[in-house]
Amino acid sequence: MPKGLKFVFPALAFITLMGFFFLGLFRDPSYIPSPFVNKQAPEFDLPKLLQENERLTLIDMRGEYSLVNVWATWCSGCRLEHDTLLSVVADYNMPIYGLNWKDDPAKAKAWLEQLGNPYVANGVDEIGTTAIDWGVYGAPETFLLSPEGIVLHKHIGPLNIEIWRNDFLPLMQGQGT
Amino acid sequence: MSLCIGVAWRLSLAMLLILSSIQVFAIDPQQSFSNPADQQRYKQLTSEIRCLVCQNETIADSTALLANDLRREVRRMVEEGMTDAEIKDFLVSRYGDFVLYRPQFKSTTALLWLAPLLLLIIGGSTFAVVLIRRSGLPKDVDAPLMSDD
Repeated sequence: MPKGLKFVFPALAFITLMGFFFLGLFRDPSYIPSPFVNKQAPEFDLPKLLQENERLTLIDMRGEYSLVNVWATWCSGCRLEHDTLLSVVADYNMPIYGLNWKDDPAKAKAWLEQLGNPYVANGVDEIGTTAIDWGVYGAPETFLLSPEGIVLHKHIGPLNIEIWRNDFLPLMQGQGT
Repeated sequence: MSLCIGVAWRLSLAMLLILSSIQVFAIDPQQSFSNPADQQRYKQLTSEIRCLVCQNETIADSTALLANDLRREVRRMVEEGMTDAEIKDFLVSRYGDFVLYRPQFKSTTALLWLAPLLLLIIGGSTFAVVLIRRSGLPKDVDAPLMSDD
């Protein structure tokens, strides 16, 4: 082995390690990929927030692309993204279903009255079992569902219109504007 | 004087009350299992499951709302007689491998588990090569040793 090569391997190993560290600087350690992406969304059956005698299930969301948004009035990020949800409905005609997570239904209703209601319907999950079935660990979380009920994408944290355009829109084929 | 004694008495009484009430602040306020084996299993499982909101705490240690919900689910599953593997599968299928402090061995976690061994082999063989070179031994170990040095 030529003498110069002696330094090549340690140098390569060092550069590789530095490469990993460098990439690590830009990764979000709180991001945990969802095991549901490209799989059937978990079944659920919850009472609706506004129509208390009705129930919300996955079947209600079939037939078109839809968003499932996990929110609560105690969640500050949900307040941040609320206007984005409203404009996603107004500008893109996107059906959004809410999962009202570990919240007081009275407060949730007041929130929708005050800030506007972007949701087609809300499922009330007061004790948080549906949220566990969906692998929810921190609100807000937003799932994109295909017309067949497949989870196409999960976003953790507040939505904004850039995230919506970059991460959600390209996944929907044939969805207008 | 009697006032002083009164104050001291009250203070010590207060201290006693505070000290004796510490166990009230335990994180998991739920009642224990009737079956000690289940209790042990519950304890073991909750200390191996990561609370994803706080990440560096187990759900046994965390006061987060989610940890509380997950403890309740684990408790329910233990009471229903599900095996440890079934309970872990339940969580992994919802939250991914990261939820377990000791992830299951499978294709996506193989590198994680084998990396220490791999590094040891690489490091060990490099070390061995360097040592053999430095000591001036012939590369063929089976060859007779030179005795002229």
